[in-house]
Amino acid sequence: MGRVLAALIWLVTLLTVILFVSKRWWFPENIAAHGFSIDSQFTITMLVVAFAFVAAQIGLGYTIWKYRATPEDKKSRATYSHGNNRLEVLWTGITALIFIGLAIMGQRVWASLHFQDAPNRSDNQPAYEIRVVSQQFQWNFHYPGKDKTFGHTDPKLINDGSQNFIGLDDADPNSKDDIIAPTLVIPLNEPVRLVLRSRDVTHSLWIPNMRFKQDTVPGLEIPVHFMATKDGCYEIACAELCGQLHYKMGAKMLVLPDAEHQALVSLSQPEFQKKRDEYLAKYNCK
Amino acid sequence: MKYKAVTEMVTTTVTTTDQLTTKKGTATGKGGPRTPKGLGGGGPNRPNGRGPGGGDQFSAQDSPERYRIGMWIALASILMLFTALTSAYIVRAGTGNDWRPIEMPRMLWASTALILSSSLTISLARRSLKRKDHPAYKRWLLVTVVLGLGFLATQLLAWRQLVAQQVYVATNPHSAFFYLLTAVHGAHLLGGIFGLDYLLLRSWRKAANEKAEIKREAAAGAVALYWHFMDGLWIYLFLLLFLWR
Amino acid sequence: MAEVEPVQETHAEHGTHAHGEVHRHPAPTGFIRKYIFSVDHKVIGIQYLLLAMFSVFVGLILSILMRVRLTWPTTGLPGLEWFFGPEAAPGGVMNPEVYLALVTMHGTMMVFFVLTTAPQGGFGNYFLPIQIGADDMAFPVLNMLSFWVTFVGLVVLCAAFFVTGGAPTGGWTGYPTLSAVGELLNVPGMGRGTDLWIISIAIFCVASLLGALNFLTTMLNMRARGLSLMRLPLTCWGWFTTAVLALLAFPVLLGGGILLLLDRMAGTSFFVPGGLSNGETLLPHSGGSPILWQHLFWFFGHPEVYIAILPGMGATSHILSTFARKPVFGYRAMVFAMFGIGLLGFFVWGHHMFISGMNPYTAMTFSILTLSIGVPSAVKTFNWLGTLWGGKIRFTTPMLFAIGFVSLFVAGGITGIVLGQTSLDLPMHDTYFVLGHFHLVMGVAAIFGMFAGVYFWFPKMFGRMMSERLGRFHFWITFAGVYAIFIPMHIMGIVGMPRRYAQFTEYKFLETLHPLVVFVTIAVFVTATVQLVFLFNFIWSLFKGEKAGDNPWEATTLEWATTSPPPHDNFAGIPQTVYRGPYEFSVPGAPRDYIMQTEPDPAAQAAPGAINEVQGGNGDGHHNGHDH
Repeated sequence: MGRVLAALIWLVTLLTVILFVSKRWWFPENIAAHGFSIDSQFTITMLVVAFAFVAAQIGLGYTIWKYRATPEDKKSRATYSHGNNRLEVLWTGITALIFIGLAIMGQRVWASLHFQDAPNRSDNQPAYEIRVVSQQFQWNFHYPGKDKTFGHTDPKLINDGSQNFIGLDDADPNSKDDIIAPTLVIPLNEPVRLVLRSRDVTHSLWIPNMRFKQDTVPGLEIPVHFMATKDGCYEIACAELCGQLHYKMGAKMLVLPDAEHQALVSLSQPEFQKKRDEYLAKYNCK
Repeated sequence: MKYKAVTEMVTTTVTTTDQLTTKKGTATGKGGPRTPKGLGGGGPNRPNGRGPGGGDQFSAQDSPERYRIGMWIALASILMLFTALTSAYIVRAGTGNDWRPIEMPRMLWASTALILSSSLTISLARRSLKRKDHPAYKRWLLVTVVLGLGFLATQLLAWRQLVAQQVYVATNPHSAFFYLLTAVHGAHLLGGIFGLDYLLLRSWRKAANEKAEIKREAAAGAVALYWHFMDGLWIYLFLLLFLWR
Repeated sequence: MAEVEPVQETHAEHGTHAHGEVHRHPAPTGFIRKYIFSVDHKVIGIQYLLLAMFSVFVGLILSILMRVRLTWPTTGLPGLEWFFGPEAAPGGVMNPEVYLALVTMHGTMMVFFVLTTAPQGGFGNYFLPIQIGADDMAFPVLNMLSFWVTFVGLVVLCAAFFVTGGAPTGGWTGYPTLSAVGELLNVPGMGRGTDLWIISIAIFCVASLLGALNFLTTMLNMRARGLSLMRLPLTCWGWFTTAVLALLAFPVLLGGGILLLLDRMAGTSFFVPGGLSNGETLLPHSGGSPILWQHLFWFFGHPEVYIAILPGMGATSHILSTFARKPVFGYRAMVFAMFGIGLLGFFVWGHHMFISGMNPYTAMTFSILTLSIGVPSAVKTFNWLGTLWGGKIRFTTPMLFAIGFVSLFVAGGITGIVLGQTSLDLPMHDTYFVLGHFHLVMGVAAIFGMFAGVYFWFPKMFGRMMSERLGRFHFWITFAGVYAIFIPMHIMGIVGMPRRYAQFTEYKFLETLHPLVVFVTIAVFVTATVQLVFLFNFIWSLFKGEKAGDNPWEATTLEWATTSPPPHDNFAGIPQTVYRGPYEFSVPGAPRDYIMQTEPDPAAQAAPGAINEVQGGNGDGHHNGHDH
């Protein structure tokens, strides 16, 4: 029995390792500037995880194989021992060192994303800002338009019937050229600043290719920033339970070369939609 | 059967009656002889004696000490409840711009006076019990119950005062916390009143024996402890609600 | 420090107690007093176990339905239309809100009414008093109350299935503002269903607090003579630490629950900020903070994870030592590791909230504390291996499950160092990676601890052995099955599959995962079916199992020093004395390969006065006159 159990434990371990190492299923392609650090931190951590997992399972299997009671050997007894303090100190120390070391290493990317505001663009302008307002069950991206100034918004003005999802105040002249769309369009290789809000419940902006996730919390304005390094069309999902249609609260993210991006977000709302659809078709994204 | 032998040993050897209690907080197995490897096994095993199991003593099974221990533990969890609500109070006071402190209902001074004096009377009740002055014990218990009910009544009156000023639960966060904290405290205090009633009912009959008498004292001690805690808790809530706003 | 009054030394007769609460309650005779409103901790323990067994099968059925919805989101199954009704499952396809209701009820059922009740309320209730040589819990009536309050909680929760508007759909974490104003946003299940859900949890909190109070008092106050703290079986330490966690964590959830209920019913705004809109009008709230709930919830929620797993750790240590015929390796380290886990467990709740909008600096602190909780967990694993090392391992069914526990605990726990890192939480948060992680470690490992406990203690509880053959079959399939279910979930999470999705058809990046989804569902079907073997074994063995002796496993602790099943007051009124540590196996020179805790050794018998030489500081001040 001991041998069967040991074999089963090893088999499970082997299959698990194969499943992970084969990378038949793995992260979607990384397109974030910070994504490389996350992926490499993930790899380092997974190596530690794999080592600990494999070592523990092999050790467990080996121990029960080796020390199984056999019918032939009825006389002899187990080793009488209550432990070994030196060993305890040793393994406590080593695991503490590894785990806490990992925790500290893992902070670098976090710090670069969350401790500072968005860096300036290559032309030394501040990062392009997009306001995000989540609602059940869609994402609204609010672009300042040609004048680069956001129109005033007021939740009192929200009216889904007239397609005013974020409560844009039409009386404000700054609102005239603002674009509100269910598509996130960001420039390539330039930082972009998002200001996240929610108008009803907690949602979470989840861009797998971007290695990025942030809850949008009612009552809070959460500024975040990142930079995409590859143009194309990518999927956005909601990662916080927000109601019955949570599973289909998706959106698309277009990453366009900076010039094209600037041109696109300077269009009027209807033109924007038309042009965006062209891009979506171009990137085979529908 | 294993335990036969053990029993004989116990009944013949255990006679000590002058052992001392230690605080539960310091409860460690300091007495446990250890083998060099430190596991209380092997080696010459002397049990580290605790309560004698002799016939006329409390065995571990019915020691009155449990009331006191149990009460302290219960108070720890009540404290956690109010800690949680306090932290919610502090956080909520710092978020939003709708925090409008309510005016303190004057009636609360009466509440405070009543509950403070009830702490005094329950101490007197306990002292009477220790002196075996049962009539006084009953009297003071009764006074405490009345004071406790008076406290609850003044709390209700304070609510009425607020309602008269059209301050309701949902009026603003401070009023919500006022109603909530007083209600939760009041519910706990009501539990204390039930405890007092239990003691009172109990005190109508004479204890069957001294053992029962000791248990009765322990129960009274536990209820008194709870009552003092409710008193202190009220003072704390009073300060929190009307100083931190 | 409590005031201690001097108490007279007494020499009273054993007389009738004047108290209503007589501790040495006589054995009840009527059916209701004996089996329903019983104050006997053993009956209450079994009641808890049955309640948990009911809940676990309900939870399991819910999870099967969830897999059906996920795997075949568009295929109608006529049976489902009949089961859920034509509104909830038109054409045999469950609506997405039905899926969310399944998620919510599965989580709540499993976390509260299985993982919290069975190990602690069930086994703890039954065996803590016996293992410390007591005749019952410290407060038997309170014990009965805590069970029946739990029962009411379960009834209220089950009622949520049947109310208009449907069962709650907010997940077991019930985040506001969804859970607070969902009804105003016309989210299904956010009406009476959610009210009942919160009320059920609040009731459960009260029950758990009563239970924890009883456990702690019992263990501090009622240990047998000679049973110093460092001679307690590790099971007792598991239950003790769990009770401490429950005592301090549940009040916080209770507080949060009250606030949430007020937000829903009284129109307050603790968790609901202003400026929310349902698309037409503003909601009537202002100023609250949804994150406040998350703090309160996870301050409870993280210790809750350890509430689920610590008793399993205790049982595993106990069983590994028994069947390896070896003392526990590093007993003290094991105890301190449990304390370490319990203590650190209160300072890591923020790792559930890295991306919630919490201060990023705070997140960093939580991350480091979180990874340090891996240290005591690793220490436990090392010590389990150390216990097995050099043993003479007997592979009984409980031992198989205990070894399975170690394997699963490592497999599930180790990925915690991924999730505990702030930066890696960015891609992993709320994906199937998290699902795989916590199901393995707090779900399945804890369940394996319970299975080990059932197979191990069944003979003691019912006087009959369970079938080893069926037990082994149950183990092999379950062990392989849970790996097959939960390891692939990690992979799904790496790809980015979010939790709580009713279907995965809406995203291209999830399409490739379909084969894995199907594979997991098949594994769930197989594993779930095999649980019927366990159920059968349990019921069959109750009546037809081989008769068990008092100590069928040749174990050492006090529960094996009495009959199977134990008499009403556990030791037939005979006070127990403990002479040694809990796991004295394979002592050189001893006649057998185990020495029970109750076996006096020659020295003690020769010099009986020695018993009272050493003072066990455990707070049993039955007749002290002094306050230290």
